[in-house]
Amino acid sequence: MTIALEPAAPAVQGDRVSLLRVLGPAHVWALGVGIVLVGEFTGWNFSADKGGALAALIVCWVVGLLYTSVAMIDSEVTSTVAAAGGQYAQAKHIVGPLMAFNVALFLVFAYTMLEVSDAILLGDTIVAKAGVEGLTHNSFIAATIVVLAWLNYRGVLMTLNVNFVITAIAYISIVILFFSVSPWTQGAVLKLNELVTPGNALPYGWIGVIAAFQFGIWYYLGIEGTTQAAEEVRSPARSLPYGTMAGMITLLIAAAMTWYVCASLMPWEYLGITYYPLWDAGKLTGSALLENLLFVATLLAALASANGCINDAARAWFSLGRDRYLPTWFSAVHPKYRTPYRSILFLLPIALAFAFIADLNQAITFSILSGVLQYTFMSINIIMFRKKWPLGSIRRGYTHPFHPIPAMVLFCLCVVTFFAIFLGFGSQLIAMVAFYFLISLWFHFYRYKFVRRGDQFTMPWPKPQGY
Amino acid sequence: MSRYTPPEQSKAGQVFDIAVVVVAIFVALWLPLKLGLAGAAKSIDALDAKTWEALGQNPTMASIWEKLGYTPETAHDIIQNRFHYVIDWPTLIIMAAVLIGYFVFLFRASDREYRDVINEKFDDK
Repeated sequence: MTIALEPAAPAVQGDRVSLLRVLGPAHVWALGVGIVLVGEFTGWNFSADKGGALAALIVCWVVGLLYTSVAMIDSEVTSTVAAAGGQYAQAKHIVGPLMAFNVALFLVFAYTMLEVSDAILLGDTIVAKAGVEGLTHNSFIAATIVVLAWLNYRGVLMTLNVNFVITAIAYISIVILFFSVSPWTQGAVLKLNELVTPGNALPYGWIGVIAAFQFGIWYYLGIEGTTQAAEEVRSPARSLPYGTMAGMITLLIAAAMTWYVCASLMPWEYLGITYYPLWDAGKLTGSALLENLLFVATLLAALASANGCINDAARAWFSLGRDRYLPTWFSAVHPKYRTPYRSILFLLPIALAFAFIADLNQAITFSILSGVLQYTFMSINIIMFRKKWPLGSIRRGYTHPFHPIPAMVLFCLCVVTFFAIFLGFGSQLIAMVAFYFLISLWFHFYRYKFVRRGDQFTMPWPKPQGY
Repeated sequence: MSRYTPPEQSKAGQVFDIAVVVVAIFVALWLPLKLGLAGAAKSIDALDAKTWEALGQNPTMASIWEKLGYTPETAHDIIQNRFHYVIDWPTLIIMAAVLIGYFVFLFRASDREYRDVINEKFDDK
């Protein structure tokens, strides 16, 4: 996902950047799918490692349900709180400053660690393709992160359109792979029956299925970022639900095709540890054309995602500075390029450091953890939103059906995912939550004194019920 | 309610706050990596006989492993590297307590701050 500040920001008043409403449902679709699609090229397959090939399919659908709930809830809140910053702006208006501070951090770390994962994937893929002894991924990782940060610093004109094209190529490569392996017949190329057998489909039993939820999140992580563009969408009430739901459908189809081809071409033990399952699938078809196509598509998907992540993480960090939740130094807009350049530069060494010290599944776990914390917030946020402003009290762009069932489903699936992360990555989870806890104490007892109270509520709504 | 005027932060104060955030990020996220506490808790169930059959691979699977450049010896550590899902109750309870405590604090403290925001916003009118 990418949000180009400068094409949509012709006016800068002080350090406030005003955005133009230029995006439609297709752009919203591109924003969501662009950042998420890399998940089909790496990451999802670690769910096979945690639970087996069948577990990876089960979580593909069940986690799809989690994200459908996210999309429904988000569409309602964002089409009403149509402000840049997405969930951050929602938290400010519905829960309070401390929650907004945390939600922005969730966004920053989910996107920064996703960027780190993208850079590692890109570096490892190039090294594997080169096949040169002694060649390491470090220089490719550094080059990816630095060059993309520089592009974002300069202001990437046409970023969204470029990302749209890159995403489309990557998506089409999955479709081409799917139809090239004669998916309607087994035995010629695909051998699902011989690779996923009753004996190995669920090697750890049902606890493996639960454990697989952790990386099942990676199939769709980031689709909720469509709301970041709320202020730039021409008709939020129409575009956001349509674009987000269309994105979810697209990703569900891509995820199912990816699982089917990969599980039919390689043993689950290998599928669970490879960094580039789709490229491997291309190789295993025996077609040089498919192999090269999937190699290029893997790089493009990683680049598109990393580019969007840098842009969005910097914007969330910039918002924290602008609202004085962090030092106002971060809220500076570049006088020439109109980009949040200090935030981009601040996050650059953090991304580089983690790209060099974390491996792919650790970086992905950091990102997933921040994502799941955010979804837990969203399930409670929608209940509070309906309670503080019941239906009919304010104009909603979209009202999601079956409330509160999607919120309850989302909350329950988040609890299951926390348990899944505990199964194998428990120490990492505790460390990350401890970080958010400590930084929250710092904010509430110290940093909050710098925040202008009344400025945190900008929507033209009546006073919330209960206050 | 009178409008709250926050203090202006000095440059040194801003630098100090930035340093606090950076240190917090690296202590909480980098330290677990450095101490080897992060990442998958897996271990290898070693086998004496390193054959495709002993590794539970049928002829189709074996042919794919070979196509990928593996032999039974080199594939052994991949195939036998497994999760051992034993629920460590004390750790699970600590994790649940940390998570619940975090969210309870988050919502309660946010609510206190939110009341300041609402009072100032709507009492101004």
